Amino acid sequence: MSKRTPEGPPPPPTVQRVRIQYTKRGRLRFTSHRDIARAFERALRRAQVPMAYSAGFSPHPKISWVGAAPTGVASEAEYVEIGLAEHRDLDALARALDESLPDGIDIVEAVDAPVGTSLPDRIVASRWGIRLPGLEPSVVEAAVAAFLNAETIPVERLMKTGMRTLDARSAVVSMRAETGSCAILHLVVRHVTPAVRPDDVLSGLRTVADLVPPVPPEATRYAQGPLTETGEVGDPLAPDRSPTGAAGLTRQDADRDEAAIGTPI
Amino acid sequence: MAGESVFPLLESLLPLISKPIQYVGGELNSQVKDWDSAKVRWALMYPDAYEVGLPNQGVMILYEVLNEQPGVLAERTYSVWPDLAAKMRENGVPAFTVDGHRPVKDFDVLGISFSTELGYTNMLEHLDLAGIPIHAADRDDSHPLVIAGGHAAFNPEPIAAFIDAAVLGDGEQAVLEITEVLKQTKGQSRAERLHALAKAGGVYVPAFYDVDYLPDGRIQRVAPNRSDVPFRVHKRTTMDLDAWPYPKQPLVPLAETVHERMSVEIFRGCTRGCRFCQAGMITRPVRERSITGIGEMVEAGLKASGYEEVGLLSLSSADHSEIGDIAKGLADRYEGTQTSLSLPSTRVDAFNIDLAQELQRNGRRSGLTFAPEGGSERLRKVINKMVSKDDLVKTVTTAYGAGWRQVKLYFMCGLPTETDEDVLEIADMAREVIRVGRQVTGTRDVRCTVSIGGFVPKPHTPFQWASQLDAETTDHRLKLLRDAINSDKSTAKAIGFRYHDGKPGIVEGLLSRGDRRIGNVIEQVWRDGGIFDGWSEHFSYDRWMKAAEKQGIDVDWYTTRQREENEVLPWDHLDSGLDKEWLWADWQEALDEQELDDCRWIPCFDCGVCPQMGTEIQVGPTGVKLLPLSIV
Ligand code: B12
Ligand code: SF4
Repeated sequence: MSKRTPEGPPPPPTVQRVRIQYTKRGRLRFTSHRDIARAFERALRRAQVPMAYSAGFSPHPKISWVGAAPTGVASEAEYVEIGLAEHRDLDALARALDESLPDGIDIVEAVDAPVGTSLPDRIVASRWGIRLPGLEPSVVEAAVAAFLNAETIPVERLMKTGMRTLDARSAVVSMRAETGSCAILHLVVRHVTPAVRPDDVLSGLRTVADLVPPVPPEATRYAQGPLTETGEVGDPLAPDRSPTGAAGLTRQDADRDEAAIGTPI
Repeated sequence: MAGESVFPLLESLLPLISKPIQYVGGELNSQVKDWDSAKVRWALMYPDAYEVGLPNQGVMILYEVLNEQPGVLAERTYSVWPDLAAKMRENGVPAFTVDGHRPVKDFDVLGISFSTELGYTNMLEHLDLAGIPIHAADRDDSHPLVIAGGHAAFNPEPIAAFIDAAVLGDGEQAVLEITEVLKQTKGQSRAERLHALAKAGGVYVPAFYDVDYLPDGRIQRVAPNRSDVPFRVHKRTTMDLDAWPYPKQPLVPLAETVHERMSVEIFRGCTRGCRFCQAGMITRPVRERSITGIGEMVEAGLKASGYEEVGLLSLSSADHSEIGDIAKGLADRYEGTQTSLSLPSTRVDAFNIDLAQELQRNGRRSGLTFAPEGGSERLRKVINKMVSKDDLVKTVTTAYGAGWRQVKLYFMCGLPTETDEDVLEIADMAREVIRVGRQVTGTRDVRCTVSIGGFVPKPHTPFQWASQLDAETTDHRLKLLRDAINSDKSTAKAIGFRYHDGKPGIVEGLLSRGDRRIGNVIEQVWRDGGIFDGWSEHFSYDRWMKAAEKQGIDVDWYTTRQREENEVLPWDHLDSGLDKEWLWADWQEALDEQELDDCRWIPCFDCGVCPQMGTEIQVGPTGVKLLPLSIV
C-alpha cells in the first residue's frame, strides 16, 4: 500500500514562535486540558492569529502544550507555545487572544521563543496553594509536620491503566501551612512521572495524619518553572525577555496572584 | 429570592463528579440577562446530556430569538448525570439553568425540546430535581408552564399528564406569541393563562381535551371539553427562513460535545416522500434559505464562533436547488483557511460525489454515506426510496474512482412487507460495492460499512397504520444478514456490520404511537430508576416491559398491531397539515409497491399541507452566486 500525500503546495513554514503564560481561574478551573486546547484553537481563529499548520491530510495548527493543571485545579501559571506563519506584534497578539478567550482563561504574558531553546526543559517544579476550608489551623499544622517527617508516603490513584501506587512525599520540596481565616497549604512540588498532584498530597495527608477536609479543598498553581537553589520556583520566561524588559504583555497580573486564590467569579 | 444563583451550592459538588465543566455555563455567545427587569422568563431544556443537547439547533435558535427581545429572558438547562443528581438531592440543590444557575422552578415557562421520545423519562427526572410536580394537575400558579416542542411533540399524548402544553412545528414565531400572551395574562391563574394560550391557536393544552375509549381499547373520540378551544390544533410553519437567520451567534461550549461544528440550516422540509420518514412528512413544505442568506450566516457564524467546520444542514441537503453553487461558492471563499464544509450526504447519485469533492477541498476527507434504507428494489418501492442497485453501484464506482476508500450504507430492518430475502439482498449489495471498489482502485484497501437499525412506525406518516416487526424477528433477520456477510470470505473482512438490536425499537414504538394510557408506564419506568433511555448503558428493555405489565399495558397491541383505516389514532386531533385520506392512499400504494415523485419538481400530489396551511413550496433557483469575501 503506497502512502498517499495531499496535492497542492506544502503549508507555509513557521516564522515566529511565541511562548504564552495563561491562567485558569474561577469556574474555568473545571475545564479539562482537552477543553482548554479546544477553546484555545477556536480563540486563535477568532483572533485571526496567522497560525502555522502541520503538513498532511489533516493539518493541525502548531501548538505545543507544556504540562497542564488537572481538571478542578485553578492556575495562574500555565504555558503554551504557538508557531505563526506570519510575524505579529506580541502585545497586539496577546491582547487579541485574551479578548477572544473566555473570561478566566487570561493571557498573562507573551514572549518570543529564541531559536534552540526549550520551554519544557525549564519547567521542573510547581508552587501550589491549597485552601482547606473548615479545618482547624492546629490540625493542619500537625498534619504538615507528620507529612514532612515521613520518608515515603505511598498513596493510590486511579489512572487510565487502573489503580496505581505512587509516593506522595519524595517529590515535595517544601510544605507549610498558612493559618488565617482559612488554612492554606503552600507547597513546592517537583515534576516527576507519574506526576504528584495536589490530590495526591491530600491523600498523603490523610494517610499520615487522617486529615479529611469536610468540603472539597481548592487548589491553585501559582508558578511553575526552574527550581532555585533556595527551593523556590523561578520564572521560566525570564531568559526570553529582552534586556529592556519590554517583551510582551507586562506582568500586570503578578500581584493579583495571592488575591486570586479561590475568589469566586 | 426567586432567580438567585445556586452556583455557590453547586460549586462544592463539582469537584466530586465527572466532567464538571458541562454544568458551569459561560459558553461563548451565551448570556445572562437581568432577572428583575424581565417580564417573561423561559428555561429551555434539551432532555439529554449536555454533550448531546448543547449543539441542538432548535434550542439554540429559540434561546437567541427570545433573548433578543427586551423584557424577555431565556436560559438553558440540560439533563444531569446520575452522579451529580444524587449529590444535588443530598444537598438540596434544585435543577438549575447553566446560564445564570437559577432554579428551573423560578421561571415562567419550561420549554422542552423533544427530537426523540427517548427523552421522556429525562423530563420526569428533571421536573423532580427542579421541585416541580411531575403531574400537570398538581402544579399551582407558582410553577412554570411546562411546554413541549420538537418533532416528538407531534404526538404528545403519552406525556399528556406531565406537560401543560405542546407546540407542533417551528418554534421561532410560536415562542414570541406565547411570550406575548404570557405578558398580557401576568397575574392570572395557571388555568386562565393556559386557556388564553389554547384560544390564541397553535398551542395544544391536553387538559382541555377528553379521550373516550371503545370497549376493545381503541379510541372512540378525542374532543375539547370547553367550547372555545379548537377541535384540531395546527402545526406552526416559519415560511421565510431568510427572515430568521438563527442562530446568528452560535453557542460555543468549553466542554466536548457530539457535534463539534457550526451548522447552518439550508432548508427546512423535505418532499421526497419516503414513507417511513416522520421528519419529511411533518416539516412540509420545503422552504429554502437563499444562497446569499446561507453565505451571510456562514460568514457571521464562523467569525462569532471560531469553528473550523461548517455543516450545511437539512433533511436532504443535496436537494437544495442551488447546492452546487453554494458548495463551490463557499469552498472558493474559504480556500486556504482550513475551514471545511460538510453535508449529510445520503443521496445516491453521481452528483453527490462532485458535491462531496467540492466540500472536502479545504478540509479533511470524510467517509461517504448513502442511505438506500431498503435491501431490495421491491422494498425500496414500498418505502418510496427510488434507488436501483445499478444507481448505487454506479455512484459507488464514481466515489472510489474519485479517491474515496470508505463507503457507509444505511438500512432499516422490519419495513412493511419485508421478508428475510429482502434483508439478505443487503449482503449482495455490500459485496458488489467491495468488488467494484477493488476493481476501480486496483487495491484491496477499500471498505464498506453496513449500518442497520429497526424500523419504527411513526405518527403522521403513511406507515402510521403499519405493524411494527417484533424484536425477535428483527434480531433473527439481523443475524441472517450478518451470517450472509461473513459467509463470503473474499469480502467479509472488508465489510463492517453495525446494527441496533430490535428491543430499543419496541420501546420507541410504544412511545411514538402511544396514547395517554402510556403515561403511567413512563412514570413507572422513571420511578424504577429509568433515565437516559437513549444511552445503551442506561436503557433497560426489561424495566420497560415490567413497567408496562404492572400498568396493564399490552405492548404488542401498541407496536405490532396493524391499525384499520377507520381507527381513531391518538394524534388525529393534531394537525400536521397532511390529509389523513392522502396518507391512507399512500399507505395502500406502498402495499402495492407503487412509487411517488417528489412534489418539488413535478405537479403536486396533494398531500394537503400547502392548501391547508396556506403555505407553498419555496425553492430557488435565484441564479445568484457567492462572491469572494474581501477577508482582511
Ligand atoms: C444534527 C442532528 C443530530 C445530531 C445533533 C442532535 C442535537 N442535539 O441537536 C446528532 C448526530 C447527535 C443526532 C442524533 C440523533 N438524531 Co438527529 N438529527 C439531526 C438533524 C440533521 C438536524 C437537527 C436540527 O438541528 N434541526 C433543525 C432545528 C432548528 O429543528 P428542531 O430542533 O426541530 O427545532 C425547531 C422546532 O422543532 C421547534 N422546537 C424545538 N424545540 C422546541 C421547544 C419548544 C418549547 C417549542 C415551542 C418549539 C420547539 O422550534 C425549532 C425552530 O423552528 C435532524 C434532521 C433535521 N434536519 O431536522 C436529525 C433528526 C432530528 N435526528 C433524528 C434521530 C432519529 C436522531 C437519533 C435518535 C439517532 C439515533 N438513532 O441515535 C439521535 C438522538 C440524539 C438525541 N438524544 O437527541 C431524526 C428524528 C426522528 C423523527 N422525529 O422522525 C431526525 C429528524 C433525522 C431523520 N430524518 O430521521 N441528530
Ligand atoms: S429524503 Fe426521505 S428520509 Fe430523507 S428527509 Fe426526505 S423524506 Fe425523509
